[in-house]
Amino acid sequence: MLAVENLSVEFRTRSGVVKALEAVGFTIQPGETVGIVGESGSGKSVMAFTLLGVLDRAGQVTAGRALFQTDSVAVDLLKEPESSLRQLRGKELSMIFQNPRTALNPIRRVGRQIADVLRCHTDLPEADLRSKALDMLASVRIPDPDKRFDAYPYELSGGLCQRIMIALALACSPHLLIADEPTTGLDVTTQATVMNLIKDLAEQRQMATILITHDLALAAEYCDRIVVMHAGHVVESAPTRSLFTHPRHPYTAKLIAATPEPHKSFAELIPIGGNLPDLKAADLPPCRFSYRCDYFEPSVCNQTPLSREFLSPQHQVACWKPL
Amino acid sequence: MARYSTGKIVGRRILGAIPSVIGVVIVTFLLTRSLPGDPAAFFAGPAATAEAIEEIRQNLGLDKSLPEQFLIYIGELFRGDLGVSLTTGQTVLYDLLTRLPASLELTLAALVFAIALALPLGILAATRPNSWIDHGVRLLATAGVSLPTFFTGLFLIYVLYYLWGIVPAPLGRLDILNSPPPQITGFYLIDSLLIGDLGLFWAAAAQLFLPAVTLGLFALAPLARVTRASMLGMLSSDFIRTARASGLPPRQVLFGYAFRNAMLPVVTTLGVVFSFLLGANILVEKVFAWPGIGSYAVEALVASDYAPIQGFILTMALLYVVLNLLIDLLYVVIDPRAGVES
Amino acid sequence: MTTTLKHTRYIISQNGITFGAFSLFFGFVLIAVLGNAIAPYDPLASNSAIALQPPTALHWFGTDQLGRDVLSRVIVATRLDLGIAVLAVAMSFVIGSILGTCAGYFGGWTDRIVSRCIDTLMAFPLFVLAMGLVAALGNSIENIIYATAIINLPLYTRVIRSEVLVRREAGFVEAARLTGNGDWRIMARHLFPNVLPVMMVHLSLNMGWAILNAAGLSFIGLGVQPPTAEWGIMVAEGATYIVSGEWWLALFPGAVLMLAVFCFNLLGDGLRDLIDPRMRT
Ligand SMILES: Nc1ncnc2c1ncn2[C@@H]1O[C@H](COP(=O)(O)OP(=O)(O)OP(=O)(O)O)[C@@H](O)[C@H]1O
Ligand SMILES: [Mg+2]
Repeated sequence: MLAVENLSVEFRTRSGVVKALEAVGFTIQPGETVGIVGESGSGKSVMAFTLLGVLDRAGQVTAGRALFQTDSVAVDLLKEPESSLRQLRGKELSMIFQNPRTALNPIRRVGRQIADVLRCHTDLPEADLRSKALDMLASVRIPDPDKRFDAYPYELSGGLCQRIMIALALACSPHLLIADEPTTGLDVTTQATVMNLIKDLAEQRQMATILITHDLALAAEYCDRIVVMHAGHVVESAPTRSLFTHPRHPYTAKLIAATPEPHKSFAELIPIGGNLPDLKAADLPPCRFSYRCDYFEPSVCNQTPLSREFLSPQHQVACWKPL
Repeated sequence: MARYSTGKIVGRRILGAIPSVIGVVIVTFLLTRSLPGDPAAFFAGPAATAEAIEEIRQNLGLDKSLPEQFLIYIGELFRGDLGVSLTTGQTVLYDLLTRLPASLELTLAALVFAIALALPLGILAATRPNSWIDHGVRLLATAGVSLPTFFTGLFLIYVLYYLWGIVPAPLGRLDILNSPPPQITGFYLIDSLLIGDLGLFWAAAAQLFLPAVTLGLFALAPLARVTRASMLGMLSSDFIRTARASGLPPRQVLFGYAFRNAMLPVVTTLGVVFSFLLGANILVEKVFAWPGIGSYAVEALVASDYAPIQGFILTMALLYVVLNLLIDLLYVVIDPRAGVES
Repeated sequence: MTTTLKHTRYIISQNGITFGAFSLFFGFVLIAVLGNAIAPYDPLASNSAIALQPPTALHWFGTDQLGRDVLSRVIVATRLDLGIAVLAVAMSFVIGSILGTCAGYFGGWTDRIVSRCIDTLMAFPLFVLAMGLVAALGNSIENIIYATAIINLPLYTRVIRSEVLVRREAGFVEAARLTGNGDWRIMARHLFPNVLPVMMVHLSLNMGWAILNAAGLSFIGLGVQPPTAEWGIMVAEGATYIVSGEWWLALFPGAVLMLAVFCFNLLGDGLRDLIDPRMRT
């Protein structure tokens, strides 16, 4: 359904070129849920923006393809002209944004924002837009949709804004949903409600879901496969089970060791040392994890290009010395 | 957090303007009393006899204490008594009321001109950062606030009137061939249309053109600057990204979503712009012999005729308070959050 | 410090305009200081034989209705115009800083009273207020300076007050308090220096505005009186001759006035970039 290959993105800023993504690749099938995990700044959001074509002005795609295919369309998202991409966005593929409070227009009633999306992708008559939008609000289990329709974002709690955001993204039954940290800032019960909601909707509609999160436990629970990102590289991608039982990249292993689980005590959690490398640096090493890696060996690890080996048909790792 | 009905919000804002009005009245009163020398002598005029001055002193209550004088002043204000102009022989209130429409027409025309140019320029610059139009707008924004209005006016007169002859002589609201329309609103443009005299309309418009442009150029710069900056901010905001990611058409994203939000700082800036406009109005009226309240005040200033000046300052200040109130209300209309007390 | 220097170099090299504004600024200062010494003629000497001559090799900017040399008058006026603006801005800066710092630091009643007074000043269109002040105080150059200072007061008080408010609760004030510094000492040594950079931007932008105001006041006949050479008055005197085609009387003083204001505004923009690239608009 979606195949991203060799995607590289750069930001040209006043203080230098930020190499935010390099040679990123993964695939997703209809109905599948793929998790993208990685610490803050690893490029998860940038990748999502790139797929939708809504990067900041400073951002530029320097290489790669993103083949998107459904029953009705087959296109390269990175090559499509803006006008035809617009027909796809919100309709075939849509996105739940990271911060629902700022991601909604602050001075427009939330119901109307949903109606706006419906208006440009369906040919429902104006009179039906409201009832369809109300349906959407109800389907994301917003209590009292009639009243919430006329609310402004500032009048709603974070959890409600998050659901409005979901309703907005799902309004036109997309085939592919990108959910960028849909549960950050929510309390645990709301988190579960929101996630189950997305999961149910995905099952009903055979929708593929890309779940972006830095919460490994959450990804483990909901995803079929997981893609681990670090500093703009995909370091490992594998089915959830084998990733957790046999992590092959040192970073994945550390990430798992740093993830809280019921049977672990706090003392058992091992923080990952070091910081992400500066993506503006001109002399980034081929393996961007090498500064933080316990197994780093200059003669082996500094070979270019970085090895991106398939250890099994489903399990890829970007490391010269996989565990 | 609760939202109030629009009526309640409007009421609150109007109440909120009252301290400003009180402040304005007090300051104007103090200005009156701090006139150099003897206020009575000034009100009486340069040629008055000692008895006349003494009489005026008593009439004005200048022999009383300051608080008493203030009460008397308030009483006079309520009766609309602003004194008499020595130069025109009319009451100041009458003079101001007959001349106010001319000033308002000029100011509003200038504002319309400034907004009509500044908003598109600001939007264009923001949607094409670092293009030539962006640099142009930024230069204009700095150059525009550096223009001495009186000088721009003279320069435009020299080029457009003296050299090219495409505008009429800068001598007031109408040339001598036309007589003013009957007073309905006091705005010549509107009155001439109301009586259906197109020729008169064009004559009035031709006279208004240059002063309005001169005044408008001054207001253009801050408006264009703020429009550009706030549009830039909006276009890189999260909710615009959402709108684009939902496939909304560019027009709706730009105008329906970004522009409406970007208007909020622009509306706020209107307050400063009006302060500029009302001040520069005086200069432009003098340059173009425009018979508004600004040139009235300047004439009075030259003749050391102080009652009109005080009346003028009070009028301008009250006008400014009202304009600020309107801006406030406009803000409430655009931004639903403005009516909330949290 | 070195980073500031590097940043300065970056700004200047990136931004020739700011560099140009700096040079222009020093040019104006030089002219203001030298004044009479570099004027080719006596700015007050009239000679009806050469009245209203357009620019020539002898009189670069032409002569006015009394045969005075316009160039000399423009040069000599520089000191007066800049002087008025500098004094007015300095005065409102000092008083505004004190008021704003006190209001922001002490809060409570001090803050309420100061803010109320400032709001009252702001309720007037500022040029109109200046006009009223000069009319009330009396028609003299000092009073132009006072009036310009008073109408600029709200700007400084407000900006400083809000900057101080932001910093009041910041760690370094607490630290200074704990090491036994008194209120006044904290304000003078710790708060004020921190808001100074931001104020430099406002100072520069405000200079241009003060020049415009003073010139506008003398244009309508307040403050500076003829035959004193001052840009606003010269434009006012030249205004009469514009419609008969004698453009040089008003154009040269007006253009120099504009250039001076423009220079300060560019400088302000440049400083803004220097101090905080994010403030750039
Ligand atoms: N507009 C931009 N200009 C310059 N650099 C940018 C821009 N947007 C993102 N970046 C850089 O791209 C990198 C990846 O950022 P991104 O927002 O994708 O991280 P993330 O994985 O989504 O993190 P988080 O978990 O915090 O959301 C960061 O180093 C960031 O500095
Ligand atoms: Mg992100």
